[in-house]
Amino acid sequence: MKRHLVSTADLTRDDALLILDTAEELAQLSGRAVKKLPTLRGRTVVNLFFEDSTRTKTSFEVAEKRLSADVINFSAKGSSVSKGESLKDTALTLQAMGADAVVIRHHASGAPARLAQSDWLHGSVINAGDGTHEHPTQALLDAFTMRRHLNAGPGKDLAGRRVTIVGDVLHSRVARSNVHLLTTLGAEVTFVAPPTLLPIGIQNWPCEVSYDLDAVLPKTDALMMLRVQRERMNAAFFPTEREYSRRYGMNGIRMAQLPEHAIVMHPGPMVRGMEITAEVADSPRCTAVEQVANGVSIRMAVLYLLLGGATLADSPRTESVETAQ
Amino acid sequence: MTSYLIRNAQILGGAPQDLHIADGVFKAIGTGLAVEADIEIDATGLVALPGLVDLHTHLREPGREDAETVLTGTRAAAMGGFTAVHAMANTTPVADTAGVVEQVWRLGQEAGYCDVQPVGAVTVGLEGKQLAELGAMHESAAGVRVFSDDGKCVDDAVLMRRALEYVKAFDGVVAQHAQEPRLTEGAQMNEGQVSGELGLGGWPAVAEESIIARDVLLAAHVGSRLHVCHLSTAGSVEIVRWAKSKGWDVTAEVTPHHLLLTDELVRTYDPVYKVNPPLRTAEDVQALRKALADGTIDAVATDHAPHPAEDKDCEWAVAAMGMVGLETALSVVQQTMVDTGLLNWEGVADRMSHRPARIGRLTGQGRPISVGEPANLVLFDPAYRGAVNPESFATRSRNTPYKGLDLPGRVHATFLRGRATVLAGELAEQGGLA
Amino acid sequence: MTTHREPTPRPPHQVLDGTDITRVVTRIAHEIVERAKGAEDVVLLGIHTRGVHLARRLHARLAQITGREIPLGTLDITMYRDDLRLKPARALEHTEIPPGGIDGKLVILVDDVLFSGRTIRAALDALNDIGRPRAVQLAVLVDRGHRELPIRADYVGKNLPTSLREAVQVRLSDSDGVDAVLVGDRDFASRSSQAMAAEPSAPHLPE
Repeated sequence: MKRHLVSTADLTRDDALLILDTAEELAQLSGRAVKKLPTLRGRTVVNLFFEDSTRTKTSFEVAEKRLSADVINFSAKGSSVSKGESLKDTALTLQAMGADAVVIRHHASGAPARLAQSDWLHGSVINAGDGTHEHPTQALLDAFTMRRHLNAGPGKDLAGRRVTIVGDVLHSRVARSNVHLLTTLGAEVTFVAPPTLLPIGIQNWPCEVSYDLDAVLPKTDALMMLRVQRERMNAAFFPTEREYSRRYGMNGIRMAQLPEHAIVMHPGPMVRGMEITAEVADSPRCTAVEQVANGVSIRMAVLYLLLGGATLADSPRTESVETAQ
Repeated sequence: MTSYLIRNAQILGGAPQDLHIADGVFKAIGTGLAVEADIEIDATGLVALPGLVDLHTHLREPGREDAETVLTGTRAAAMGGFTAVHAMANTTPVADTAGVVEQVWRLGQEAGYCDVQPVGAVTVGLEGKQLAELGAMHESAAGVRVFSDDGKCVDDAVLMRRALEYVKAFDGVVAQHAQEPRLTEGAQMNEGQVSGELGLGGWPAVAEESIIARDVLLAAHVGSRLHVCHLSTAGSVEIVRWAKSKGWDVTAEVTPHHLLLTDELVRTYDPVYKVNPPLRTAEDVQALRKALADGTIDAVATDHAPHPAEDKDCEWAVAAMGMVGLETALSVVQQTMVDTGLLNWEGVADRMSHRPARIGRLTGQGRPISVGEPANLVLFDPAYRGAVNPESFATRSRNTPYKGLDLPGRVHATFLRGRATVLAGELAEQGGLA
Repeated sequence: MTTHREPTPRPPHQVLDGTDITRVVTRIAHEIVERAKGAEDVVLLGIHTRGVHLARRLHARLAQITGREIPLGTLDITMYRDDLRLKPARALEHTEIPPGGIDGKLVILVDDVLFSGRTIRAALDALNDIGRPRAVQLAVLVDRGHRELPIRADYVGKNLPTSLREAVQVRLSDSDGVDAVLVGDRDFASRSSQAMAAEPSAPHLPE
């Protein structure tokens, strides 16, 4: 594995399976009286959140604490030089404090990549969601959840499993991370969205695209509903909330069209009434809550694999800077 | 005034000849010249081109002297072989009054490294609401003939029409930064395969092309001259080609970086590649090279846009747009146009000196290398190969996308009206003599 | 005498064969029954990798002797190792605690080679987080000495005095296709993961 987790595109099949298998082992911990391992004692992990995200931040924090890391929460708002401290100065500060890893959530796509490539800090960079780019640990926990339901067991992948991802693909970091990871694991991915919410060039992504949710449902093993923010309506991505949920929302009638074994997933937070009805969200086929629990195991696995062994953070970096073309 | 005898220079890449420069003009040109001169230069292997003219330079003064000043910017220009630059209007305060353009013009005179021809803003404060005093700027000492809101698009169709019409009175030209603002809200890079994957706000080609299409029609309608800044897409080329085929008075420029770099580089998220208009696709690059070769695109303009380190040493979204380019322009053109066989040195002289001077209506610049003409000259060594080292730049800023890249050629000497501003690759340490 | 010889690596020689190993396992099983008074509250925990195989064999033998199924589990001590930072992060093995848990039980840890004692130290730490056994005992196939911690085995298949230059390899049919215990020079031996990795303070670390 690389020393950073910035994009799921960087993960080989072996890397991905190692993370899933490790998470599977670590998941046992939640059933124990002492839910803690000494593994990251003495390692300092900084949660650097430029964007509010109680869910992801809490999940990382639980994972870090269960591995006995020293946890520092560093909330930062706005980072342009005009507004305050730059990302660079923040990074230099964290480096000076001896951060072994930085878990970063940032509103700007590419901020974690920038941090990872810079010589601003030496520790591992873990992307906890950047702009509309990627959210690798979310994709990993999604794959983990799918594997448990569709092809359980260590070393197993998702070969041939059909995953349908519905909603605002254009603005979704979850969708981007998932399409890389799921195809690496052998799954067949179909995006379903109104054409306005699909990125330009998606025809070259390793996935199918459909505008018709009802046509895809019977051929789906795992259905992932993405959050659709109401404010998208104002930018003319779709006419009304009602029309969106009629065409692309998940409801009880549509759920009945899914194969019996199929699961309904949601990365949260759910907008009930928009992309998903309460009937579906509260049904036993919906794995939203399970996904949250799995998130802790996945994040522990990632932290352990990046920080548990020898790391480059123990010695200064000497890598050279890449040049253009 | 120092006189020069340049031995064996290949004028426009032709057979070696000697040039005698004295009193600011070419005194004699021929083989085996037997004249006395203060300084003799062996130019064996060097190509002689007329002093380059840049239609699009950001000198940042007044306002952002931390990024560039007229002095540092014109020193960079001289190092790049330029003898005249058009200084863009988006300074602080904006160059929208006779006072500001005269100040910039005078600073250029005092620096003495190349002619600084200020560009006037089309609208007050570049705000696209009210015409600036275009006539006053023209009548000022700066004698402004090129007007541009560069950095911003004059997107109001009525305002654009009026500006095109108004400047006819003094043979002016509006240089449009073609960018439909609504289609580029939050845009961070070219919209396409790469932007979709990177999750960066897309900047569609149509946002540029729709404005160019509208503007050429407007220019035709009112019978005015239009210049299109930094063309970046294959579609823009087609529109300009069509307009020219109609006989309309439309000219266009392309930047060196759009001739070489593509949006694939954005995958690094390194803001050194963040520029407006954005780097486009390989197909666009090929179309731009071809259009420059066949003359559809009239000129190479650097869009030299210096920024202080902190505006690039950050995450992509908040980084400033722009690249420095004066000192690498000729090398990039050699690599993309000459070494590829698309353009010979005569063509380079046309696209980087004659035509831009004509578009800017500069007198005494972009003239042929012949006896009696002002001695604006660059001696260029096309055989040189070396990695670009930003630390050696004369510009105050370091935001070059070519750092560490092997580019061909380097400027050996630059002459501004017979005076060497660069000699043996070194800046002449004098100023204020123009 | 041999100490004066040139240090040309010696090919490994066999000290226990398959029959020996079977006999040793049987003997340990009988010792457990005898010392644990019928092994009523015993829980066997095999330490990965070869300790798990041995625990399984002990379990089968104990079933034959006592006519009862002794609870059997596995223990991965990776997360408790004291040498984690000397190598890239390792893949985890499966830890499986039998349904009855270990609280109040006599836990017998099973491993192939007892060397520095660091593996067992890590295993004791792991147990501490899992529950509170009545007592913990240790069964090993080979004790090769060179302890770096105050740890001893309760059941030993074979005491094997070795030099630090030597490596002990335990091969079990479950993972290696054959049952054997070999001793050879470290440089020569293809390493036994347990024998080598359990010894972080060794002068030459595997590359």
